[in-house]
Amino acid sequence: MDAFEGTQVKEGVEEETVQAVKSLAGKYKHGWTTDIEMDYAPKGLNEDIVRMISEKNGEPDWMTDWRLQALRRWNGLREPDWAMVSYPAIDYQDQYYYAAPKAMSEKPKSLDEVDPKLLETYRKLGIPLREQMVLAGVEGAGDVPAEGRKVAVDAVFDSVSVGTTFQKELAEAGVIFCSMSEALREHPELVRRYLGSVVPVSDNYFATLNSAVFSDGSFVYVPPGTRCPMELSTYFRINAENTGQFERTLIIADRGAYVSYLEGCTAPQRDTHQLHAAVVELVALEDAEIKYSTVQNWFPGDEEGRGGIYNFVTKRADCRGDRSKVMWTQVETGSAITWKYPSCVLRGDGSQGEFYSIAITNNVQQADTGTKMLHLGRDTKSRIVSKGISAGKAQNTYRGQVSVHPKAGDSRNYTQCDSLLIGDSCGAHTVPYIEVRNNTSRVEHEATTSKVDDDQLFYCRQRGMDEEEAVALVVNGFCKEVLQELPMEFAMEAQQLVAISLEGSVG
Amino acid sequence: MDARERVLALGLPGRRDEYWKYTRPESLTDPEVARAAVLVPYEATLFDSVDRLRIVFIDGVFAPDLSDDLSLSGVHVERLCEVSRMDIHWASELYGVLEARSHSPIARPLAALNTAYATDGVMIHVTEKATKPVNLMYLHRSETSDAILHHCVKLEEGADLTLLETGPAAARFNKSMEIDIADGAAFHHVRAQGRDHERRAMTHTFARLGRESVFKSFTVTVNGVLTRNECVVELVGPDAVAHVAGAVVGDGEFHHDDTVLVTHDAAGCRSRQVFKKVLRNGATGVFQGKILVRPGAQKTDGYQISQSLLLDDDAQFYAKPELEIYADDVQCSHGSTSGAIDEEALYYLRSRGIPRTEAQDMLVLAFLAEAIDEIEDGALARDIVAAVEAWLGRRRG
Repeated sequence: MDAFEGTQVKEGVEEETVQAVKSLAGKYKHGWTTDIEMDYAPKGLNEDIVRMISEKNGEPDWMTDWRLQALRRWNGLREPDWAMVSYPAIDYQDQYYYAAPKAMSEKPKSLDEVDPKLLETYRKLGIPLREQMVLAGVEGAGDVPAEGRKVAVDAVFDSVSVGTTFQKELAEAGVIFCSMSEALREHPELVRRYLGSVVPVSDNYFATLNSAVFSDGSFVYVPPGTRCPMELSTYFRINAENTGQFERTLIIADRGAYVSYLEGCTAPQRDTHQLHAAVVELVALEDAEIKYSTVQNWFPGDEEGRGGIYNFVTKRADCRGDRSKVMWTQVETGSAITWKYPSCVLRGDGSQGEFYSIAITNNVQQADTGTKMLHLGRDTKSRIVSKGISAGKAQNTYRGQVSVHPKAGDSRNYTQCDSLLIGDSCGAHTVPYIEVRNNTSRVEHEATTSKVDDDQLFYCRQRGMDEEEAVALVVNGFCKEVLQELPMEFAMEAQQLVAISLEGSVG
Repeated sequence: MDARERVLALGLPGRRDEYWKYTRPESLTDPEVARAAVLVPYEATLFDSVDRLRIVFIDGVFAPDLSDDLSLSGVHVERLCEVSRMDIHWASELYGVLEARSHSPIARPLAALNTAYATDGVMIHVTEKATKPVNLMYLHRSETSDAILHHCVKLEEGADLTLLETGPAAARFNKSMEIDIADGAAFHHVRAQGRDHERRAMTHTFARLGRESVFKSFTVTVNGVLTRNECVVELVGPDAVAHVAGAVVGDGEFHHDDTVLVTHDAAGCRSRQVFKKVLRNGATGVFQGKILVRPGAQKTDGYQISQSLLLDDDAQFYAKPELEIYADDVQCSHGSTSGAIDEEALYYLRSRGIPRTEAQDMLVLAFLAEAIDEIEDGALARDIVAAVEAWLGRRRG
């Protein structure tokens, strides 16, 4: 079995390695930029900018007020410093808060009207967007049934959503999948009811900032009793320089609904740091289930830490209904700094939260990531599996909280955090908070830290692998419990990412 | 900077301090000491069967009449307040030194407060293997006593000492102990914090370990309104061994906090933290433990376990078991669990004719055993088990 898996990964690694070596840009394969004319708002952040973003999106007044309130609150907040990450102070006035491809000022009627350079961008990203559009029949061939496994894609380019596929087929099932700005126009009542109900404006520094300036994002509503007919996906790309990206995602699964959502992200290689502060809100009503998977591959900066994305993200799921279920799966390989804690508020009786994470840091990357499981309802269950891999001079921290409320009787939590160290100048840290306030619940936490096992490496090398391949194989084995929770397409991509992220970490 | 300046610079802990997230420090620093009724201590007879050198303090003041003659071969004991010139004393390289080093990354202002304002304590210098244990006995007589004690223990190369501490000490007790363990020396510490229900205690134990030295500390706590035991261990010589363990039985208005930091700063060291808490009737248990492995501390073996048994629905347990690791060739793990008593085990015992409460006590003792097993000396361990049994029996009766 081992040997069989070995060959698979080995092929993947070889191919990726060859690509990486070929690329002049270095080790980050998404490091290209697209030269597209952009519409920028002036640099800096003030009420006028917020009003402008709101106006550009054609938002109702209540939304503009909501944003302005967030900005006023944000002005009085201090940036949090408790995470184990260090970075030079961010000048929030030296950023663009709105950038949109100029070609998008006039909304295209179909993807054919989209700037071909944009489509080229997506091709490079590996999104079969155009092909899918053809299959889905946007160009009038809507009756032709799609073949194979379908994934509806919403692509966000800098601050603006540029195209959503499969909208028609989804609409037939009653599923709403569109950009946030469109949702604000078409379904304001839904947005108003749920926006900020999971991550309130006052939640934290970065979430408040996002509430004020978010320009777009994805919106999903799955009606009662509906199983979303295909996987939904959003690709985020930061392209413009000195531009912060603030997208907002809101997913609502109504009673008994099911949806699986994938998120991928890349950014070009720049010398300067770029800010990304997103907010994701998930609402699961009675018996609903949401599966949210992320492959985060923002540009991590170069070997010396020049450039890279500051990724300050707030993600939270509210299991509002009884027996609802939310599952977070994340593969974090990119970003200079990751500050991210996808959480579950287990409010409904018998609700379940799961968190599976792989965080890989190499060179001088820093990651402080983990989850929060708040058990409020009776008989709630949560499971956390976190795998941290640290190489080079990187610092990787798992920070998590499991809190069991006095009324959350008969609840259950299991947490497992494993860290792997590659090289003697990196760090791996575990900071869990465990709070148990009744005695019918059981909470278990275990964590280990170790290095790549010499015997395993020896075994692989003895069979002809070079050291880098052997490490990639061992690391993939270490991550297996999480990788197998990912949807098929993502699992393959993630496995290769694991290998490529660790290039240059041994020898 | 002297200790008084450190207190001023650090400020007193407050509720917003992350380091005091689960324990409220106010009553430890209030100008007014909360009254604590004096009870007949069940632990008065603890270790009576053990031949030991007794050093007695009443409400934090040395009581020569109750104490034994302080001479012991290989061990030199002096009172802190009788050390005429601190600057020429061996303790000048220890008193407040380990405390001062402990404020980074997290400040421990109550330890600085202790160094600055300690009124009594002993300086123990150990030059060889002590022939019998030294027992610091803390008696509580006044309902409003507020005691600050600071001890220093220095073990020379190859020396060996067992130090026992017993008793509730005072209505409010702030105690520090700084222990310097030279290469190849061994320090064993067994402590029973007293029974008085209303007492409050804040203790710091600082230890610095040389090459191949051993530090083993065990504490049993039953009752007390508030107890915070901080233990700061630095493994600075290679192949040193540090064990820190605690067994806690809490009932009613009871808050117990174990805060431990073990720093591995040399290669090949082993550390173990084992903490067991049995809580009921609104009692709260806290565990904040951290293993820090500095760069270069390769071949580190670090282990940490914190478990709590919640006997009823009002008990609470908060844990923050941390790992911070900057070396790659290490084996570190921690575990933390919390839950109720195993109903099946209870059923098994009852089906064999053992009454419910007795069966429950048996399971409680079995649960605490892993921590008590950390005591190397069998006689001392047996005394601790007997004390816990007595306490459980008293609660029943």
